[in-house]
Amino acid sequence: MSKIKCQCGHENPFGTILCEACGRPLTEEAEKSQVVDMRYEGSARRSQTYNKSIVDKVWNFFSSVKVGVSIIIAVLATSAIGTIFPQKLYAPVSSVNATDAEYLAYYEKTYHIFGTLYYKLGFYDMYNSWWFKVLIGMLGTSIIIASIDRVVPLYKSLKKQRTKRHASFMKRQRIFGEGKALDSEATLDKAEAALKEMKYNVKKEDGAILAEKNRFSRWGPYVNHTGLIIFLFGVLLRGIPGFYVDETMWIREGELRNITGAPGYFIKSNDFILETYTKDEANAVYGEALDRNGPIVKNFQTDVTLFKEKEGSLPGSEDLEYVKDYSIVVNKPLKFDGYNVFQMDYRLSELKSMKMQLIEKSSGNSYGEFTIDLDDPKGTYELNDGAKVELLEYYADYDGIKDGEPVSKSPIPNNPAFIFKMSTPDKPEGEKSFVAIQQTLETEENAYKVKFVSADTRDISGFTIRKDKTLYILLLGGIIFMIGVIQGSYWNHRRIWIQKGADQQLLVAAHTNKNWFSLKKELDKLNDAAKLPEYVDRQDKETKEEPEEGAES
Amino acid sequence: MGLANLSATLLEISFIAYLIATAFFGGAVKGAKSEASYKKNRWGSIAIIITIIGFLTHVGYFIARWMAGGHAPVSNMFEFTTAFGMMLVGAFILIYFLYRTPSLGLFALPIAILIIAYASMFPKEVTPLIPALQSHWLTIHVITAALGESILAISAVAGLIYLMKNIDMTKKSKQRFWIEFVMFVIVIVIGFVLSSSAFKLAGYEAAFDYVDKNDKPASIVYNYPPLFGMNESVAKSPDTMKPWVNLPAILNGKVLTTFVWSLFVGSILYLLLRLLFRRSIAAVVQPLVRKANSQLMDEIGYRSVLIGFPVFTLGALIFAMIWAHEAWSRFWGWDPKEVWALITWLFYAAFLHLRLSRGWEGKKSAWLAVIGFIIIMFNLIFVNFILAGLHSYAK
Repeated sequence: MSKIKCQCGHENPFGTILCEACGRPLTEEAEKSQVVDMRYEGSARRSQTYNKSIVDKVWNFFSSVKVGVSIIIAVLATSAIGTIFPQKLYAPVSSVNATDAEYLAYYEKTYHIFGTLYYKLGFYDMYNSWWFKVLIGMLGTSIIIASIDRVVPLYKSLKKQRTKRHASFMKRQRIFGEGKALDSEATLDKAEAALKEMKYNVKKEDGAILAEKNRFSRWGPYVNHTGLIIFLFGVLLRGIPGFYVDETMWIREGELRNITGAPGYFIKSNDFILETYTKDEANAVYGEALDRNGPIVKNFQTDVTLFKEKEGSLPGSEDLEYVKDYSIVVNKPLKFDGYNVFQMDYRLSELKSMKMQLIEKSSGNSYGEFTIDLDDPKGTYELNDGAKVELLEYYADYDGIKDGEPVSKSPIPNNPAFIFKMSTPDKPEGEKSFVAIQQTLETEENAYKVKFVSADTRDISGFTIRKDKTLYILLLGGIIFMIGVIQGSYWNHRRIWIQKGADQQLLVAAHTNKNWFSLKKELDKLNDAAKLPEYVDRQDKETKEEPEEGAES
Repeated sequence: MGLANLSATLLEISFIAYLIATAFFGGAVKGAKSEASYKKNRWGSIAIIITIIGFLTHVGYFIARWMAGGHAPVSNMFEFTTAFGMMLVGAFILIYFLYRTPSLGLFALPIAILIIAYASMFPKEVTPLIPALQSHWLTIHVITAALGESILAISAVAGLIYLMKNIDMTKKSKQRFWIEFVMFVIVIVIGFVLSSSAFKLAGYEAAFDYVDKNDKPASIVYNYPPLFGMNESVAKSPDTMKPWVNLPAILNGKVLTTFVWSLFVGSILYLLLRLLFRRSIAAVVQPLVRKANSQLMDEIGYRSVLIGFPVFTLGALIFAMIWAHEAWSRFWGWDPKEVWALITWLFYAAFLHLRLSRGWEGKKSAWLAVIGFIIIMFNLIFVNFILAGLHSYAK
């Protein structure tokens, strides 16, 4: 495409609205306008210039702020829908590997028709749905394209701007003033001094002044968009294997297990501790709260020892080397080799072992006690006087009798039940008995029974194991975003133009990307010092008619 | 117990100071003959001094309670909301010294007063921290987020003033309807404070056993005469009102009861006010904003979003993610409170883009600021009570 040559001699890229050098309006529209649109300095943006090929069309679509804001609103609205009912992750469905049908049943039962709809439309796991990911992808694309479309021409035209602008540019600024000066040269000098006092970069040539400050704040939006893109990139990386580990494991007190998701590492749970606040604790101020709410938990903690497989040992050989002892507390995960182990859950008092005794029903005489280790129930327990108890069947989580057979619903000893064969000197062939908690069943009347004495329990800790190599990328994105957003929000790019017109006439114009109030304050200060012509803010219709608050100062 | 009592007293002093300061800001707006002079009006100076005194005692409350409880007082609904009110006043003082606008005080302070009053309807005792909250990130995250939100709230105050001034109250229009609706909502909040205080003074309590949505037995105490019962609720206290109807487990009868009572008392109050003034509330309030400069209010509205947005991002998203990673092992979990913080952030991002690139200034921008505040309040109130997630420590 051909270049546009301005009357001042500068060659502008095709599509330019205001001459990059002198600011003369180059389009009919700009020429007609009272106050010229200063966004992006009237530079030639690709999206505003070309619209032929499919690439142009895609580029123009994503560079539009209207489209960008629409995407933001779409993400916002759909995100809100996802909070109406709990997401899949928070749905209290019993088993970890619940099937879709179980989820559907949960939503159906709890939220009725709305729940079914919520499930069917995919809102129950919407943040992982393909269309939500597409929306985020579109947002990322929009951020990249819209930024490039603007930052390049903006950078060029701010770089090429000339100190002396054409009068037609000055007259079309929102803040503009003209008037006669007694000695325009002296006024310009005074203005220059005053502007420097206010920390402006002042350029003076050919009877014209360009005072500028904080141009860097114009780059803020592009810096923060870069931060966002880095952040989104980090999120994307999590899909690559090895970058991200997210596992859970349960461990009982006393147990040594290899850490799920962290090959080569083993962890031993020494103790699980649950503490609640007591009233006589130092802080008596909590008394009222404890009275109203009941006990409040103070601490969940698992004391663990971390082990590592010895180097060179065969995998699975369990030749371990001690690494460290640590107390995993909520908010204080165990950290090693990029992994974090979090205290996430617990179960108290799981049965560990049960102590039983064999007695003769009629006399109550005992043949001695034996202990069943529920992790590893043994076959036969030898007792006094040649008596023995044989464990025929073990049901860890007894759930009643189905089809004439006792059944266990899980391997976890929530409700242990046993079938014993009791052999004593006078009944050497043995008697059979089914023993569950508070229940004994016998096929025929027995002379002996196994009686529960006591039980040992232990606590279980639930851990989450995470490794996330993307965290630093995310953090970097966050930091860059913050730098950009602060740079763009807390500083304003201000420019003041002053120049001599014909016969002692002085023209003043000013522009800022935001915070016009402060710019005007500075202009007032400048006018006090240099006696420049009065300016008008063409957007403030009220101050002229009636001076109001904030108007003077 | 000395410190806890001291902090309560300091908060009461702040509350009264804000009330008095509001009256003086009213005097500043009303008393000034020429609008230009009212910036230097003596009423205005007295008003800001009283506001600062109130703010200092409010900070005193905060520190004393911090010392008494041993942790930053931002761990439950009462503490957080009170702190939010404090920061709102702080943000107003900052903006006041930037722009010298008594009109802003006349609206910002009553809103702060209402927020503090709302806060004090919740249990006020010092609560010990549950394990998830035992982290210095509680202090950092919550305070920064609340600070960001309070600065953003100032933009809504400026927006409200802008709208009050620029909407023609004599002609029927959509905007006139909605601004009156905003007034109505404010009256409903007053209705909540009044009804809740009245039943509290009367010592009303009705206890129930019920079955929660996970089919577990639970119990609950109502402070209002129960209109809606919880799922399969059974009254435990004799001589209390029987609920009209028991709600299904997914709905909270207590919250709905409180809401309906507030709506009822607020509506009566609203009707009384309408009868008294024989005009819409917005029209009654409008003369108070005559002296505000629209351009300046627009600027304040925009500026406070510019100041507040980075603070909000840092506190409500970045610090939140860091802490979530420490406490819950993931930096983001799509918990309702997190999602609503993201929604708030996206909304203000849209606000900035519309304003910067599409030239949405004036009324459009002012409405957006008001809607932004509604989203913040939604996240504070609605999300805590209805969309309970990991963040609902406040109950």
